[in-house]
Amino acid sequence: MKELFPLKQVMGFVFSLVLTAVALIAYFTDMSFSLGMTILLLTAFIQAGLQIVVFMHAGETNDKKSIYTNIYYGVLIALITIFGTLLVMVWDM
Amino acid sequence: MDFFNRFAVPHPSFLIYGAMVSIAIAMIAVVVGITYFKKWGYLWREWLTTVDHKRIGIMYLIVALLMLFRGGVDAIMMRYQLSMPDNTFLDSQHYNEVFTTHGIVMILFMAMPFITFFFNYLIPLQIGARDVAFPRLNALSFWLFFMGAMLFNMSFVVGGSPDSGWTSYFPLAGNEFSTSVGTNYYMIAIQIAGMGTLMTGINFITTILKMRAPGMKLMKMPMFTWSAFIANVIVVFAFPVLTVLLAMGTMDRLFGTNFFTTDNGGMDMLWANLFWVWGHPEVYILILPAFGLYSEIISTFARRNLYGYKSMVASMVVISIFSFLVWAHHFFTMGQGPLTNSIFSITTMAIAVPTGVKIFNWLFTLWKGKIVFTTPMLYSILFIPLFTLGGVTGVMLAMSAADYQYHNTMFLVAHFHNVIIPGVVYAMIAGLTFYWPKMFGFMLNEKLGKWTAWLLSVGFVLAFIPMYITGLDGQARRMYTYSESTGFSTLNMVSFIGAAIMAVAFALLVYNIYYSIRYASRDIGSDPWDARSLEWATHTPVPEYNFAIIPEVASTEAFWDSKKKGHELFKGKIEKIHMPNNSPLPFIMSCIFFVFGFSMVFSIWPVAIIALIGILACLTYRSFEKDHGRYISVEEIEETEAKLRGAKK
Repeated sequence: MKELFPLKQVMGFVFSLVLTAVALIAYFTDMSFSLGMTILLLTAFIQAGLQIVVFMHAGETNDKKSIYTNIYYGVLIALITIFGTLLVMVWDM
Repeated sequence: MDFFNRFAVPHPSFLIYGAMVSIAIAMIAVVVGITYFKKWGYLWREWLTTVDHKRIGIMYLIVALLMLFRGGVDAIMMRYQLSMPDNTFLDSQHYNEVFTTHGIVMILFMAMPFITFFFNYLIPLQIGARDVAFPRLNALSFWLFFMGAMLFNMSFVVGGSPDSGWTSYFPLAGNEFSTSVGTNYYMIAIQIAGMGTLMTGINFITTILKMRAPGMKLMKMPMFTWSAFIANVIVVFAFPVLTVLLAMGTMDRLFGTNFFTTDNGGMDMLWANLFWVWGHPEVYILILPAFGLYSEIISTFARRNLYGYKSMVASMVVISIFSFLVWAHHFFTMGQGPLTNSIFSITTMAIAVPTGVKIFNWLFTLWKGKIVFTTPMLYSILFIPLFTLGGVTGVMLAMSAADYQYHNTMFLVAHFHNVIIPGVVYAMIAGLTFYWPKMFGFMLNEKLGKWTAWLLSVGFVLAFIPMYITGLDGQARRMYTYSESTGFSTLNMVSFIGAAIMAVAFALLVYNIYYSIRYASRDIGSDPWDARSLEWATHTPVPEYNFAIIPEVASTEAFWDSKKKGHELFKGKIEKIHMPNNSPLPFIMSCIFFVFGFSMVFSIWPVAIIALIGILACLTYRSFEKDHGRYISVEEIEETEAKLRGAKK
């Protein structure tokens, strides 16, 4: 029976619900803008990672290597774009 | 009548009316011609609904050549306007429209489809596959791109062309300064074409990763496939930025949002910033497949395997990351601090290093090679010094302090034409000449081809080298005229003469195609160049299923090994082949996209909403459609093979 029960998926589902609830705190309680954004960004990225790994089965096929390479590359490019833009448009103007 | 006034061109001239009449005549001629020769059914069955990567590739090629003509006419008009001081051939508004459309047409609607043509035609053949991973998505890519290109070109005669530069910087491109619908066309037409490009990127990454012939490890792929793979990775990561950017720009123009306005918290320079976050990777999307083509051509005609395969791959991977690290060098003078400028200066200079590695690899491939000077090889040999010149001036421009002198001058214009023309355009023509026999079963005339290459190069040098000088002397780009006292007139006249010679060269290319169709020998076999990679291992013309038996690969040059070293490519026996069905859906959906785009440009909301529902209906239909493809039977394959083998030596 144990091997039939999708424990990983159920735990993942519970965890993603928890993340959603935590994100909602930012809306319902009165906190500073930066704290709220930090909570939202953190929960959002953990949520995205959870979805990719647990529910989209990123690491469960032979393509594991190319899927993760693609994801890391995408994250790298996104970070470069965001922090580069902040540097160009805000920090060093 | 009020309703129809909006479709009038706001700034008409004799030239635009002439173009309207000629477009109308051409369209009538095409429709009458197809009807007269009873080709509507053929057109619909074999082309409009096709999912065959080879046919889709050829349609990309046709669009690219048409757009090359259109962009070329723009270029000649600009050079003629500037050839004499105080020329009145074009007025300032008209000149603005011409340089804007020249840039967009040449980059997005000429160079992009040209490389996509090579992706489509070559990649499945080079990796020994029967089609791309998602054939129907591929058809949708093409038709979206096509409709975007047509929508953009329509701006010329309906509603007015965009006039704020191919970069379309805000606030100039905002509603306040660009009052005509021209910039709406820019936003929406490029959006539709860009969606097609993004799908192409995903499609070819999947194709290359999943559909290689047995034995073809990643490090055994032909160099063009590698370059295409890297380029498509860049497409997938760069084009979403453009998509978001154009969506924001559209909302600013149509719905009164304030992303790029100068007040209400808008950030006008954010457009420039994000535009180049996409724009710089875009130039590498264009140049990398060109490098791949040169690698194929140089190793074929130096009769040697490519020198430094691993370093070629490594340098492209490094370029793919660095291409995302240099974008701010397009606006060193925008006002950011010295820290930012220094960072981007250094990354820009650093990207010259992997490019240099590639140049040296080609030189070492040529070293001690038995060089055969065919037309494609001639282009490749001309490319190396001319492109290096453009690369060196690029490093000059990369120095942020010195850039204050070069910025927005003809020096910059000379630089990027100097890398794009010998880099991309030469590669496209060289590749076209090289693969022409594979596609159409006869070779282009070598003598005419070499004349074209030399004329093009002489014209290129005359047209663009003078711009370096006038640019350093202070001639600004995008200036529609100048006075005689500036002293720019002689060099600009030289430039015009160069441009005219280039036009003659392109006319000669067209004549070469005509001449070769009439006179070239059809008895050339399937490997006329004695080439090295898998695309030459199948028949000419390539059968629908590409390879009757999937080849087995053991090295980077499987076909060469099979010719010279007794490697057996086609093991096993013929089995029935599973192929995708044709579908009219991509074409229909893209037509609806065209209607949607057009009504968005002119803010005709009811039509836009109906079109949007139509698009969703097409998507829904596709979701529930059951299409398992079809099988080609063994007898049919054997019949085709027997017929094609007759022409083989």
